Amino acid sequence: MTTTTSVSLAVRDVHLAFGAHRVLRGADLDVARGRAACVIGPSGSGKSTLLRTVNRLIEPDRGDVLLDGRSVLRDDPDALRQRIGMVFQQFNLFPHLSVLRNITLALRKLKKLSEDEAVALARAQLALVGLAGKADARPAQLSGGQQQRVAIARALALRPQVMLFDEATSALDPELVKGVLAVMADLAAAGMTMVVVTHEMGFARSVADTVAFMDAGVVLEAGPPEAVFEAPEHPRLRRFLSQVL
Amino acid sequence: MDPLNTLWETFFDWDSMREALPEMLTVGLPNTLTLAVSAALLGSVLGMLLAVAGISRTRWLRWPARVYTDVFRGLPAAATILLIGVGLAPLGMQVWGPNPYPLGVLALSLIAAAYLGEIFRAGILSVEAAQLEGARALGFSWGEAMRLVIIPQGVRRVLPAWVNQLIALIKDSSLVYFLGLLASQRELFRIGQDYAANTGNQSALLLAGLFYLVLTVPLTHAVNWLDRRLRQGRPAAPPEPETEPAGLTPSGKDPR
Repeated sequence: MTTTTSVSLAVRDVHLAFGAHRVLRGADLDVARGRAACVIGPSGSGKSTLLRTVNRLIEPDRGDVLLDGRSVLRDDPDALRQRIGMVFQQFNLFPHLSVLRNITLALRKLKKLSEDEAVALARAQLALVGLAGKADARPAQLSGGQQQRVAIARALALRPQVMLFDEATSALDPELVKGVLAVMADLAAAGMTMVVVTHEMGFARSVADTVAFMDAGVVLEAGPPEAVFEAPEHPRLRRFLSQVL
Repeated sequence: MDPLNTLWETFFDWDSMREALPEMLTVGLPNTLTLAVSAALLGSVLGMLLAVAGISRTRWLRWPARVYTDVFRGLPAAATILLIGVGLAPLGMQVWGPNPYPLGVLALSLIAAAYLGEIFRAGILSVEAAQLEGARALGFSWGEAMRLVIIPQGVRRVLPAWVNQLIALIKDSSLVYFLGLLASQRELFRIGQDYAANTGNQSALLLAGLFYLVLTVPLTHAVNWLDRRLRQGRPAAPPEPETEPAGLTPSGKDPR
């Protein structure tokens, strides 16, 4: 759906504590260039926090994050985040701006595109997620599924090299989930490097190249979906799968 | 004498009003507007700076903003106007000459800023943290995210309170008469007061009061209208069937 120059992603032994609460206890994750990794696991296992250490919305206490093998922890975080798109559970669209403005804001202010260029790019990106007719609507006038597709278009318009999805469909009504997952599957098929925190096991099984199971702040088991779902090794993973499948 | 009759003659003497009207229109109204509008602009800018300083993570910005707000909110407006207007008068004389307006506007702005800062701060703090996270994730710095995403939303939420403060400002602008005004510098209230003092009839003051109402009442209604409009957005386009992303399975419907 977009021509991208994706990069590989590696998270190495990342630790993070909020006070006495150790959220991440040495988490590792590897995603090859152009591949999609799904992170699954129980609530509170540190999945969303791990995702936020990748684009440094949260700075890890210890460990490293590498894009194409190079540590990004000393990069300018704002420049880094322009290379990494992120989609949130609650969409986080800007309610005071039209759908179009939501997308053009960063294009004009950060990428320094002209108004015309930004609008053209935003409209093309909206068309790709099937919302060309909604450019002038306010976010509140859209369904949750439509809002999330706008959020994806907004992130993709910046031509990111990695995309992070934080439970992108968890806040949606069941009948709206499919449209969003379809956009994400298209993106994976187009060769975007993706990390997808999700409770959608069907999506993980069919789209992911790697599935990583997190529990208590570490990735306990990771591998191709067939291995993780059909032949789980760790007892915690077996117990988790027996509860969600 | 019938007390009601006295009241009527003292405050509703049409001839006194008619006499004061031309000067109120040509001198008093422009001067009141000059004072109120300049102080509203300067006060809003200062108030926004105070609000941002007040939520800053740097103690050296937060703390002075706190002290400033406490002091200027706590002093009577008349005291502040005298302190600034008289205290800085020698300085003002060198810079602007014998014109009390710059210092008057400064004093009014400093007072308004203390209140407006608290109003803006409350508005900014009411914007969900997820909005800041969403903006930062796109690559905006903290300052850019504040300026482009958080502050515009926060200010919209407190527009009614902001206008309340402007109304207070219009009324407080009458206090600059403490600083001594030339005939051509008098604002609405001072002109009314002068006519009342010269004729012993208070009707010109009532006329001044009517001018204040003409300024303030429409302002209240205008902001309520604007507030409603911003809350609801422009009238929504009629709902249309949701279009699906290109290249989806036919079953991928997303009905709404």
